[in-house]
Amino acid sequence: MTFIPKPKLHHPDLQKNALGYTRRDYEGPVSTLCAGCGHDSISAAIVKACFELDIEPHRVAKMSGIGCSSKTPTYFLGASHGFNSVHGRMPSVATGANLANKDLIYLGVSGDGDSASIGLGQFAHAMRRGVNMVYIVENNGVYGLTKGQFSATSDKGAKSKRGVINSDEAIDLVGLALQLGATFVARSFSGDKAQLVPLIEAALQHKGIAFIDCISPCVAFNNHEGSTKSFDYVREHNEALNSLDVISGRDEITVDYEPGTMEMVTQHDGSVLALRKLHTSYDVNDRVAALSYMQERAAAGEIVTGLLYVDPNPRDLHAHMDTVETPLNALGDDVLVPGARALERINAGLR
Amino acid sequence: MQPTDIHDPDYFHKVVDCQWACPAHTPVPEYIRLIADGRYADAFMINWKSNVFPGILGRTCDRPCEPACRRGRVEDEPVAICRLKRVAADFKGDVSGLMPPPPTTRNGKKIALIGAGPASLTVARDLAPLGYHIVVYDGDTRAGGMIRSQIPKFRLPEEVIDEEVGYITALGPEMRLGQRVDSLKGILEEDYDAIFVGTGAPRGRDLPIPGRQEAAANIHIGIDWLSSVSFGHISKIGKRVIVLGGGNTAMDCCRSARRLGGDDVKVIVRSGFDEMKASPWEKEDAIGEDIPILNMLVPIAFIHEDGKLVGMTFDKVKAEYDARGRRNLVSTGEEPVFHGCDDVLVAVGQENAFPWIERDIGLTFDDRWDMPVVNETTFQSTHPKVFFGGDAAFGPKNIIWAVAQGHQAAISLHKFCQGEDVSVRPPPGVTVVSQKMGIHEWSYDNNVSLDLRFKVPHRDKFAALSDIKAEVELGFDIKLAFAEAQRCLNCDVQTVFDDKLCIECDACVDICPVDSISFTKNGDEADLRTRLSAPATDLTQAIYVSKDLKTGRVMAKDEDVCLHCGLCAERCPTGAWDMQRFLIDVAQAGKMGAESACCSK
Repeated sequence: MTFIPKPKLHHPDLQKNALGYTRRDYEGPVSTLCAGCGHDSISAAIVKACFELDIEPHRVAKMSGIGCSSKTPTYFLGASHGFNSVHGRMPSVATGANLANKDLIYLGVSGDGDSASIGLGQFAHAMRRGVNMVYIVENNGVYGLTKGQFSATSDKGAKSKRGVINSDEAIDLVGLALQLGATFVARSFSGDKAQLVPLIEAALQHKGIAFIDCISPCVAFNNHEGSTKSFDYVREHNEALNSLDVISGRDEITVDYEPGTMEMVTQHDGSVLALRKLHTSYDVNDRVAALSYMQERAAAGEIVTGLLYVDPNPRDLHAHMDTVETPLNALGDDVLVPGARALERINAGLR
Repeated sequence: MQPTDIHDPDYFHKVVDCQWACPAHTPVPEYIRLIADGRYADAFMINWKSNVFPGILGRTCDRPCEPACRRGRVEDEPVAICRLKRVAADFKGDVSGLMPPPPTTRNGKKIALIGAGPASLTVARDLAPLGYHIVVYDGDTRAGGMIRSQIPKFRLPEEVIDEEVGYITALGPEMRLGQRVDSLKGILEEDYDAIFVGTGAPRGRDLPIPGRQEAAANIHIGIDWLSSVSFGHISKIGKRVIVLGGGNTAMDCCRSARRLGGDDVKVIVRSGFDEMKASPWEKEDAIGEDIPILNMLVPIAFIHEDGKLVGMTFDKVKAEYDARGRRNLVSTGEEPVFHGCDDVLVAVGQENAFPWIERDIGLTFDDRWDMPVVNETTFQSTHPKVFFGGDAAFGPKNIIWAVAQGHQAAISLHKFCQGEDVSVRPPPGVTVVSQKMGIHEWSYDNNVSLDLRFKVPHRDKFAALSDIKAEVELGFDIKLAFAEAQRCLNCDVQTVFDDKLCIECDACVDICPVDSISFTKNGDEADLRTRLSAPATDLTQAIYVSKDLKTGRVMAKDEDVCLHCGLCAERCPTGAWDMQRFLIDVAQAGKMGAESACCSK
């Protein structure tokens, strides 16, 4: 806990984005999480990504459930909308909100307990429906708020702070997301902002469900020897597939990498993902290959990070349902209420 | 870059910009915290130890600390350090019990101090408690030197001078006032073990242009005139007055003239407004008293009729810069400008004058400026027994420089009299202490105040102008003083990093409000400065670099705009960051009454 607010004074050369905002304008109140929590780094990465993408704070809806991770939306984008839902129910609320107003940017923040335990069913359906949102799981493999029990993403064989060995199999959210049709799947690490910030930027620009599994060490209960979600363990076993630059329309595309190591992925909105491939044989557009590669490397004890899969032409919930262009909440009664005659006609059709 | 050696006393000292900039290295944040705490006497004693004249300097200092203040780099204006010093002096109550007692035994050595200004008095204060027999000579009948003779009373009341000079005379130096020294040879022939010359820069520069002789009755040399005003020999001046010169003496002259009957007083300066030597606040105060400042006018002649001054003519000039960037004032070729006046005060500079030092006593003067050759560290002249300090050593500067040089000369005099090598200087004492009181609690107030600089209340203008002894600035009251003190960023509470404890979680990077902290690959300084969270462009501000961390990166912190808010340490899960108060005790001769000047917590 920090008891003083972060001073408003800032670096004299602090940059402004196209909207005239500084990075500091995208912050929220000071975090009440434990000092050193990985989640705070993810918040800082979100702040940086939204600043760099010139996102208007009032166009963002922050959605979360319950848990340390789900507290974090308070600590970033203080001028955005937010909804803190029931435990594990963030995907339903986000789906509903997205249905009603598809013009907002939906940023769901959840944790391994919220999404892999109580909310696993909710998680699955948000993925398969393709709700246009960014879905970040701040994954620390432990129930931090209740003092350190194993969570559903704890690896089998991992040791708790008390010395207990986990005997249950871990749920791999990346694997589930790939299987369930998510159109953007990535994994990252709170301790590597150079990788995380561009991934969040790319996810924010993706018109479909964009899932990021972000390993985020719990400094209080899961950062010890024997943990597989500690800073040291993740750094040691991290295998980055690629490094990403997000190029928005106004930047010039300059590539100075060796041929064959650079891949340009043009997204639906015209933005370009410049992928510097660290594993040249890996195809980021091949879902099936991604699935088997993930399992193969996990068996070898590696934590594969980076952009794992992206569909450059995603379809989202609204596309599936063929809704009108105008957000539903902006339609008037004259459009939404068909009237008595139409009702009679429908009823007649059912007789 | 090599890992930063934080055990080098200069490293953290430089981070305390105000203290580093102060010639006497006054521990500014330390006394400001004491003021916020209501411990005015302790704040006063810290000042008294470093700069000897807190009440005087709290009104008159040139404030080299304020342009250096870190606060001025993160918002518009620095902390009003100088005026807080005055607060300590105003509210301290009786401090006589905290002063060092006069020595009970003498050490058998006798030192003559020539001149009773700030430099000599500093030497007296440092050496008298050590048992030296100090003899102070001055031509004036009261001690204080230029502090008493040149600074107008509406800026510095007489009582303040009496009090602070009194603390020194109470230490038992023998004051031979009214005894002007006319021969250094004569003094050398007496039984002194060493001699200190602190005679200032007593001669005002004249302006030998046409009409100077003819109109002499109404043309006055600035510092001599101020001195006559100060001692009550002059009490009025003509209605229309021209003050020539752009320094603080010119400002004192014009404001004094306004109070002695000058209704139409103007300052006329050769250079541009911004290049004037006067402190910005002195110019502001003069303008506030309806005194226009006219720039880029070079005097041509004093115009007189029937032996009486009627005005002056000036050549209008403009600034031109040559290839090497040097400025030349070039005539615009326009008709000379005439300004009518009854009196002129010439405040175009001061000079040293040593007619009383014989040139055959083994004391070398340089050929160019006819100034004594003085060692810049030891203040010893080429005559081993004779030391210089203050304006007498290196030309006109401010009181705080005279004090700083007095301290250094006192160290040399002490070493010289004890038969030690004067070139070996004593090191400073340094203490670095953690300020951690609880998990997220510090022994200093780390919550940064967002208040803007508070203005010092002034006396009503009409009342101020009608009495030359009425002090214009009224000083902060306790409430304002507290609010202003809270603006101090506590730059002496240092961010200290322990690379062995760091787990590279980025918490400090994320929380730092001013983007000071980075974790990155090491490199040479020029390269590293461009790769930090915010580019570190101010090369005078250090980069604090750690040893290599586990990931092969280093922690690099730009000290430039660090708010010392301690949030890096609060958000650090392992205690790799700590906030530690750095106190540097710059060496003075022997042991001072320093023990009485306690620290803030």
